[in-house]
Amino acid sequence: MAVVHFDAVQKIYPNGFEAVKPASFHIEDGEFVVLVGPSGCGKSTMLRMIAGLEDISDGVLQIGGRVVNDIDPADRDIAMVFQNYALYPHMSVRNNIGYGLKNRAVPRDVIAAKVEEAAKMLNLSDYLDRKPSQLSGGQRQRVAMGRAIVRDPALFLFDEPLSNLDAKLRNQMRIEIKALQRRLGVTSVYVTHDQVEAMTMADRIIVMNGGVIEQIGTPAEIYKTPASTFVASFMGAPPMNLLQVTREGAGLRLADQVLNIAAADIDETVTLGIRPEDIVPDPNGSLSIHVDIIEELGAHRLLHGRLEEQSITVHVPKDHDVTTGMSRFSMPLNAVSLFDAKSGRRLS
Amino acid sequence: MTATQKPRKRIRFSTVMDHIVLTLGALFMLVPMLMVFQLSTVPDAEIIQRGPSLNIGDQLDDNFVKAMFEASGFSGENTGVSMLINSFILGIGFAVGKIILGMMAAYAIVYFRLRFATLAFWAIFTTLLLPLEVRILPSYEIVQSLGMLNTYQGLIIPLIASATATFFFRQFFLSVPEELVAAARIDGAGPVKFFIDILVPLSRTMIAAMFIIMFVYGWNQYLWPTMITTEEDMYTLVRGIKQIIQVFEGTNLPEYGRGNLLALIAVIPPVLIVVFFQSWFVKGLTESDK
Ligand SMILES: Nc1ncnc2c1ncn2[C@@H]1O[C@H](COP(=O)(O)OP(=O)(O)O)[C@@H](O)[C@H]1O
Ligand SMILES: [Mg+2]
Repeated sequence: MAVVHFDAVQKIYPNGFEAVKPASFHIEDGEFVVLVGPSGCGKSTMLRMIAGLEDISDGVLQIGGRVVNDIDPADRDIAMVFQNYALYPHMSVRNNIGYGLKNRAVPRDVIAAKVEEAAKMLNLSDYLDRKPSQLSGGQRQRVAMGRAIVRDPALFLFDEPLSNLDAKLRNQMRIEIKALQRRLGVTSVYVTHDQVEAMTMADRIIVMNGGVIEQIGTPAEIYKTPASTFVASFMGAPPMNLLQVTREGAGLRLADQVLNIAAADIDETVTLGIRPEDIVPDPNGSLSIHVDIIEELGAHRLLHGRLEEQSITVHVPKDHDVTTGMSRFSMPLNAVSLFDAKSGRRLS
Repeated sequence: MTATQKPRKRIRFSTVMDHIVLTLGALFMLVPMLMVFQLSTVPDAEIIQRGPSLNIGDQLDDNFVKAMFEASGFSGENTGVSMLINSFILGIGFAVGKIILGMMAAYAIVYFRLRFATLAFWAIFTTLLLPLEVRILPSYEIVQSLGMLNTYQGLIIPLIASATATFFFRQFFLSVPEELVAAARIDGAGPVKFFIDILVPLSRTMIAAMFIIMFVYGWNQYLWPTMITTEEDMYTLVRGIKQIIQVFEGTNLPEYGRGNLLALIAVIPPVLIVVFFQSWFVKGLTESDK
């Protein structure tokens, strides 16, 4: 188990592309941190720098108090699980799991015992003599997990381990991985582009975009107080509504109403963010929304419509009657987030 | 009831054509072999008088004994058996040497950050333009000055540098997923372990395919063994057969029957190798089980 410390860590690929802009943060011992962001934003690059598979261009990376910039992946005391499992196709499950120990000259009987133990933990005991090609996707990913567990590493790294599985299995594995990490208490960094995975698994989330860390925080913080319009629209499904508002007197004009929000130090135009579930149907409400489409989701409904010319989504409970056409809604002002319209950064 | 009716098999014209073409092709390849076989069963005098015929004679076992165990030439050391052994040594040494060298070259080119890896690869590749026939004099000169004439090393080593094998293994290594390499690195497999534990087993179908091609190629070498081996106990089959038919001693006829039978025997090992490795061969060239 270990803390991980990033100090202005940067990655510039040999072709000159800056995949990760200087990043500084800290991961606590035993913490489960999820790196999330759209594809191509530099998540894997970040993870591969922690693993030692990619050189660190600049900055200092410490794992467990030790500077690891120039340390070989095998000596960093880490284990990694890959998207495509990366199992050795010619080796049995048993040998796949034990290969790393064998290379470390661990005695054979110790390897055998550890492999059995890991297999038991992952429900793989019956498959130890099979080849990876004879396993299902979920089982393969479990083998990859087993390979990570037997090494007793200080740090687990996951690079989109579930994205090749079908939705049902993904939900199940998500819970399994989280439970396993809890039980073993090993510090983990988990990369995904799926915000649901990030929200459900993380102790803390790091949201990345274009090589830059947009925000670091607990899932609740990230959801409630997104640091930028990017985070607001990336995290949460459906995403936060982002509406253009203009300053008017001491307040902000949204469609045909003026919101009573102190806006003294704000530019002319501001982006207002509001979560779909924070907008509530209210016959006396001040928001007139034209509902175009009702999306039935069982437990609740999503209304897609327009507030004047701006599109907007509202989340309503299942027992609430709705029809398409004009309806009135209201929103509590304390649920509103304000962002600078130009930079997209959160205001206050 | 339609369920009890057997679906009528329709013979399609294209299927018939396919079979005709294949049958003709097979005959085209087989008839010369059958002719050689026929010629190895009749007395040599009859071959001179009548040429090939449909007559199967009784000389087969006689010729077999002569072909395999009777020495020809002056030293009395090149029996069919010894030539067969020499051919095997050449074929296997040639194939194994090419595979080892090609794999190691491809490994270096693909996995190590060499300054001029691409250049090196293309340099190796252009040697395809310089087959043995082109460089035979300098090659001979080198082997001769190293004192390797009439040795197995001299026979094999100058032939094993192989652009073909390097190329095929390079392509194969390039298709090995990068994640697998990363996983092995994290698992603590250094360059040698990665090569032996991961790459070699992954390449086994590829190796089998290479082995077949290279073995047959080495087995059929004629020009080089002819130049390098002057002592009869170093003769390979392909080279030795010719000598049997060439020898005129006084009024004796050339031993056609014996030569023909030896030619047939010479065909058998490559055929067996191909038959035996065939499924591997196809897998190696088509499958991507990585
Ligand atoms: N070896 C490389 N050389 C140059 N650019 C690269 C290399 N690997 C990745 N990149 C670029 O760096 C960016 C981040 O890649 P990556 O970390 O893999 O993104 P992701 O967040 O999808 O995992 C991408 O734009 C990608 O094109
Ligand atoms: Mg990635």
